[in-house]
Amino acid sequence: MPGRSVAPHGPNYPLELSRRLVNLAAIKNRQRAGPFTFPENAPSGDRTGVDGTIFLFLLQDGIINGAVYALVAIATVLVFAVTRVILVPQGEFVAFTALTIAALENGNVPSTPWLLLALGCLAAASEMVRHASELTLRRVARIVLFDLALPVALLLLTRTLAPMKLGQAVNILLAIALITPMGPMIYRIAFEPIAHSSVLVLLMAAFGVHFSLTGLGLLFFGPEGTGTTPLSSASFSLGDLVVSGQSIAVLIVTAVLLVLFALFFGRTLLGKALRACSSNRVGARLVGIPISAAGQIAFALAALLGAVSGVLIGPLMTVFYDSGFLIGLKAFVAAILGGLVSYPLTVLAALGVGFAEALFSFWASNFKEVLVFTLIIPVLAWRSVYAPHAEETE
Amino acid sequence: MKFSRGPIIPAICALAILIAPFTGLLPDYWITLFNYIGISSLVAIGLVLLTGVGGMTSFGQAAFVGFGAYTTAVLTTRFGISPWLTLPASLVVTMAVAGLIGAITVRLSGHYLPLGTIAWGIAFFYLFGNIDWLGAHDGLAGIPPLRVGTHPLIDPRDYFVVVWIAVVLAVIATQNLLGGRIGRAIRALRRSTRAAEAFGVNTAAAKLMVFVYAAMLAGLAGWLYAHFQRSVSPGPFGITAGTEYLLMAVLGGAGRVYGAILGAAGITFLRDQLQNFLPWLIGNTGNYETIAFGAVLVLILQTASSGVWPILFGPPPPPTPPEPRDDKPTPERTLPAPGTALLQVQDARKVFGGLVAVNDVNFDVQSGRIIGLIGPNGAGKSTTFNLITGVLPLSSGQIQFEGHALRTQTPQRAAALGLGRTFQHVEIVADMSVIENVALGAHLLGRAGPLRAMLRLDRAEEALLFANAKRQLDRVGLADVAFRPVGTLALGQLRLVEVARALCLNPVLLLLDEPAAGLRVGEKKALARLLREVRSEGLSVLLVEHDMDFVMSLADRLVVLDFGTRIAEGVPADIRQHPAVLEAYLGGVS
Repeated sequence: MPGRSVAPHGPNYPLELSRRLVNLAAIKNRQRAGPFTFPENAPSGDRTGVDGTIFLFLLQDGIINGAVYALVAIATVLVFAVTRVILVPQGEFVAFTALTIAALENGNVPSTPWLLLALGCLAAASEMVRHASELTLRRVARIVLFDLALPVALLLLTRTLAPMKLGQAVNILLAIALITPMGPMIYRIAFEPIAHSSVLVLLMAAFGVHFSLTGLGLLFFGPEGTGTTPLSSASFSLGDLVVSGQSIAVLIVTAVLLVLFALFFGRTLLGKALRACSSNRVGARLVGIPISAAGQIAFALAALLGAVSGVLIGPLMTVFYDSGFLIGLKAFVAAILGGLVSYPLTVLAALGVGFAEALFSFWASNFKEVLVFTLIIPVLAWRSVYAPHAEETE
Repeated sequence: MKFSRGPIIPAICALAILIAPFTGLLPDYWITLFNYIGISSLVAIGLVLLTGVGGMTSFGQAAFVGFGAYTTAVLTTRFGISPWLTLPASLVVTMAVAGLIGAITVRLSGHYLPLGTIAWGIAFFYLFGNIDWLGAHDGLAGIPPLRVGTHPLIDPRDYFVVVWIAVVLAVIATQNLLGGRIGRAIRALRRSTRAAEAFGVNTAAAKLMVFVYAAMLAGLAGWLYAHFQRSVSPGPFGITAGTEYLLMAVLGGAGRVYGAILGAAGITFLRDQLQNFLPWLIGNTGNYETIAFGAVLVLILQTASSGVWPILFGPPPPPTPPEPRDDKPTPERTLPAPGTALLQVQDARKVFGGLVAVNDVNFDVQSGRIIGLIGPNGAGKSTTFNLITGVLPLSSGQIQFEGHALRTQTPQRAAALGLGRTFQHVEIVADMSVIENVALGAHLLGRAGPLRAMLRLDRAEEALLFANAKRQLDRVGLADVAFRPVGTLALGQLRLVEVARALCLNPVLLLLDEPAAGLRVGEKKALARLLREVRSEGLSVLLVEHDMDFVMSLADRLVVLDFGTRIAEGVPADIRQHPAVLEAYLGGVS
């Protein structure tokens, strides 16, 4: 949240830095510019110029950050295309996943299942109230199963598994399983009742959800920031550049997910139905695609992508309960640069944003957020001149 | 549930609130809260104008509050300048910044605009927080209080007076602005940009003007905030605050100036009560008020997205235009002598990609004549119309109007030259009254700018414009519904409103796009009578129409288009017999 005084870095921060910034001579922990900064925004002592090594280092950093932004941005684009919601709280999925994994790694039971249960109860209540007159047995069964039984089952599972410390894979899968159902629940609580409103109303509702989720994040996860264990602790040298296994893991996971996404939208009926919803809502309805289900699927995919991003970003930075906002917004910058429609453009833009951020944090770390968000304005101006959007704003 | 349509109940409430602090019944705490409500109201009033009326959504208003606050903070603490003198400085700085940002931002279309405001809203927050000269994240403290003589305005009761004088002035200025000539242009921005442009409104400039005005109200709020709080830090100028301000405007009822105050009061109370009440209820860990605030926001949007004010107090009252005076008519245009060439379309061509919509079309319109432009669906009539009125640029060829080449025609230039038009799909400002819609047509006949409107120095001119509007409404036979909201009229009546609006421009040439569609027989006859009358006054009419009886009985000459090409031209009797026309309409006889 803007304006919040900034908490200190988590315990793993110096260690993380020394591992990642071997080549930079002087490491200076600058005053943090916002709710979080990436560890790598510690610039070298002299700022006279960027030599090859530093450039390569920044490039690597940029690509890794950009890859994570790409996943989040793809989710943003997907949700916008299908539901017209600009999903401001997308970043929350990222932060909550990282915090969940961190708790599991320490052998603690994370509060995530309780959060899921709370959301489930709300979703159930809101659907029961809104559709009180058309409740069929099947519908009630579905609500009970998905909104109440699933969270309770996950709660029991988490309480059983957490103390056993079964290892990274289990932690990650459990965290993803806990976060993903939150997507459709949030859609049903907040957005389904106003699904036909204007983009502006939906955007403001998205801000409302973001406020609530951030507050819930503080309540359930506390104010401390944590990081998670890297997916791979291996590292190798490429000339002067040290490439960490984590970087490679990020790139591989992102690439695989993007390919899966392309296949899903290009080859499967469900993916095509979602595309139909995004290109023409009324038309999609007329051919029998249920809009509500499409929205829920889009939100589920968004939560899933957010969760995976959380898995990837956890080892790269100290995550706080509210770190998601800025991650989400930067991804959102990428999404806008991609015009909120094109997936390949969005990925490119996300890499660009990541790289720009790395550059800015080296040159002018205090102003990197200013610069990253200013990037968007000329692009928006250019887009509205050359790719005018006919859609209304009210 | 509606209490009253009149202004009585809100007025009583407002009076009660304004007097309350001086009865000694209210503790300081509440008065402080009222002060914050007043300060937020200023921002929200700006947003009502920007978002509710002008249709431009801004999440970044808090940044302008920041500019106002930081300007006075720097000038008073670093340079020791007296607080009252920094007020103009605060306003000028916000004006300059808003002018710069607005020049880029307001051109953004669709949802890119709110996204753009989010982006610069966040950027400025970090900028404030990272400039050491501005105290970085800690901000600047020790801002001197305002003084009257030697008396410092520190007591919330004293400051209450300053804040609410500012709010009352802002409300009056804003209402005056909206009631005037520029106000009508602003109210047309949201959904009737095409209509506004067709009557000479420079919509880009109007948008920028609204943007700067809203920003200056925010800057004023910032100045008041800085001297009340006596310190500034970046926190209250971030995107969260920006969202809250927007919510105030939406909650109150976007588009309603008083609603902004209601919204500001609602949100400020809500946040304050949540902060007090929730920890007491649940315990002291976590920030429940954020959770509850977000939840309430979503609930409001789900249940009352058009705002609370309209629910409580109903639709806005009809306008009270100045008494029309018939003694001083608007200046008449000198019309060219009947029969001289007025509009010359020479080899006009319009290509959309591979489609030739208008294919080297030639025709003339002489003054004092009614020319009918007919043809089957898809013949290129509306495209021709749009080429003449400057909505679309020509691909090649030439259009001349009274000797002026319309090569780089814009709708505004067309209006200035005396081309008054109607639209095939009615373009009216649905939430204005009939007479205000018609008066929009007289936009170019007035001169009063925003400042004159705010100070209500535009009354004489307004009286003239409204007298003109009234006269045109009389002519089309809608005088009895002049003060009804235009949204309550039937389609046929709306077409006549458009004709009246076009006449209000004092046109040389009237361009009517299917004016008879949706009219009943009686109304068609009345319209035909009106058009003949207009012709006898020396005006010319270019008519696109599908109703053959209507157009044949009325037009002096007909131009027939088919697939973008002119296939015939002549007097109606000849056109009826013309083989090419018969083939186009009825199919070939093999």
